[in-house]
Amino acid sequence: MAAISREEVAHLARLSRLAVTEEELDTFAGQLDVILQSVAQVGEVTAADIPPTSHSVPLTNVLREDVVVPGLTPQEALSGAPDVAEQRFRVPRILDEDVAS
Amino acid sequence: MTTTLPAYDEVVARYEPVIGLETHVELGTNTKMFCGCPTDFGGEPNTRVCPVCLGLPGSLPVANKAAIEATIRIGLALNCSIADWCRFARKNYFYPDMPKDFQISQYDEPLCADGYLDVEVGGELVRIGIERVHLEEDTGKTLHVGGATGRIHGATESLVDYNRAGIPLVEIVTRPVPGTGALAPEVAKAYVTELRDVLRSLGVSDVRMEEGSLRCDVNTSLNLPGEEWGTRTETKNVNSLRSVERAVRSEILRQASVLDAGGRITQETRHFHEDTGDTTPGRSKETATDYRYFPEPDLVPLAPDTAWVAELKAALPELPRLHRRRLQEQWGLSDLDMQSVLNAGAVELIEATVAAGTTPAAARKWWLGELSRRANETGVELADIGATPAQVAELQGLVDAGKLNDKLARTVLEGVVDGEGSPTEIMTNRGLEVVSDTGALTAAVDEAIAANPGIADKIRSGKVAAAGALVGAVMKATRGQADAKTLRDLILERLGVQG
Repeated sequence: MAAISREEVAHLARLSRLAVTEEELDTFAGQLDVILQSVAQVGEVTAADIPPTSHSVPLTNVLREDVVVPGLTPQEALSGAPDVAEQRFRVPRILDEDVAS
Repeated sequence: MTTTLPAYDEVVARYEPVIGLETHVELGTNTKMFCGCPTDFGGEPNTRVCPVCLGLPGSLPVANKAAIEATIRIGLALNCSIADWCRFARKNYFYPDMPKDFQISQYDEPLCADGYLDVEVGGELVRIGIERVHLEEDTGKTLHVGGATGRIHGATESLVDYNRAGIPLVEIVTRPVPGTGALAPEVAKAYVTELRDVLRSLGVSDVRMEEGSLRCDVNTSLNLPGEEWGTRTETKNVNSLRSVERAVRSEILRQASVLDAGGRITQETRHFHEDTGDTTPGRSKETATDYRYFPEPDLVPLAPDTAWVAELKAALPELPRLHRRRLQEQWGLSDLDMQSVLNAGAVELIEATVAAGTTPAAARKWWLGELSRRANETGVELADIGATPAQVAELQGLVDAGKLNDKLARTVLEGVVDGEGSPTEIMTNRGLEVVSDTGALTAAVDEAIAANPGIADKIRSGKVAAAGALVGAVMKATRGQADAKTLRDLILERLGVQG
């Protein structure tokens, strides 16, 4: 059984705002399935005494003091923006959504 | 829906409301959650940004120790247990208010969980369960332009300012609160008020709802007695304590009218409108899995040291409810009197006025009397009325020193509220001081006696009460700037009558 369905790939593409054609869906579903099946092999060797790992380095509590550090000027900050207006990043209107909180 | 809403009392007699509250608090740290950008309010757009909060490639977040500490303190004050190990999580979504296309939050491992907050409603304690307290980052501000209304529908483009993006934001989520019946709106308001007071006493945030540093979402559902809880709606955009109460009430009425008509409640986000007190539907809720949460790979786990947590717990300030109880005893107030102080939002003002050297009774008199009346008339919060505790203490000092009588003091206080200066300045500038020059007063009294021989005779014959008329005449002549008791004694003395 496939690890990921064509419908799931279509759903993820929509969430990721990727325009994927019908042909590409077939291709990616196949490719992602191979990747997921390969990764799933790791699951075969997991044991009850091995907790799931999210970080490979055994570090905790890496914190910084609450001290202001100079950042970017607005010109620097906006230099990579696709478009600028009123010293703000200008982006196309957002569809399908109401006001964000 | 244009159907007439049913009466509130009648609705809560038939349906049982269940409420829940999600509160977001911007922490008052110097810097953002994961970078060293300053957090001060109101800067020019995109002047408090850096590669980390702009999500530029190669930048890495590092958690702010002060924000972690503040969150643990909030958790402790809300009787939560503090996780000994937890992680941040990525909440993935596409919306330009976060330049990274995700928000760093916490998912199934909140820093604090399983607490409670006791609030007083109508003299009764209501225990509100706290499900979780977690830490995340605030989003940027989006300005929608091109549309007629400023709202997103009809807008042709969005302009984004990332100054706010990355400011530490604590989310406090209650457990569902059933069983409050008709009091549900009041309980919701009392909870947010108490929470705000707790946060203020901890000094972790300036908790200003109007400026958005304290934001509240209200969940409401209705069910028939004995039945399962109903479908809930989440009301956003609730930006004042009064609105919390109004939003719950309005949602109870709306849901009841839908259910009465045989309809079903849709699980949705609704927006509260300050002007009408109504809610309207917002976007349909994305399911949790759509955010594809996963442990944040760029931040190592948090494991608060037990000794550190114990140290923070030992250093917690006296919590507001206990502090109020102590003040009530010190001020010698009945529960009812204390309640009116609380309702007026005058606790801290009176406390500060007493600290400035006034008796509790006098401080309470001014804040609950003249100043509350003026605040109600002008529709501002008592704390924003324009008179400070120090000025009220100064005013009372002038009364105690005999320089102002009650009537003059009221006039001076009006001047203080209108920004004319300090009580002493206003008294001097407007010549409102009580006439204490006995020579001038005696002359005025003699004049009044001469002008009213009939009254003077009555007093001489023993009708001491008639002195009131002469007091009135002298008061008029001195434009109210005399002390009534001094005057009366003086009149009797000049007429050779024993008071």
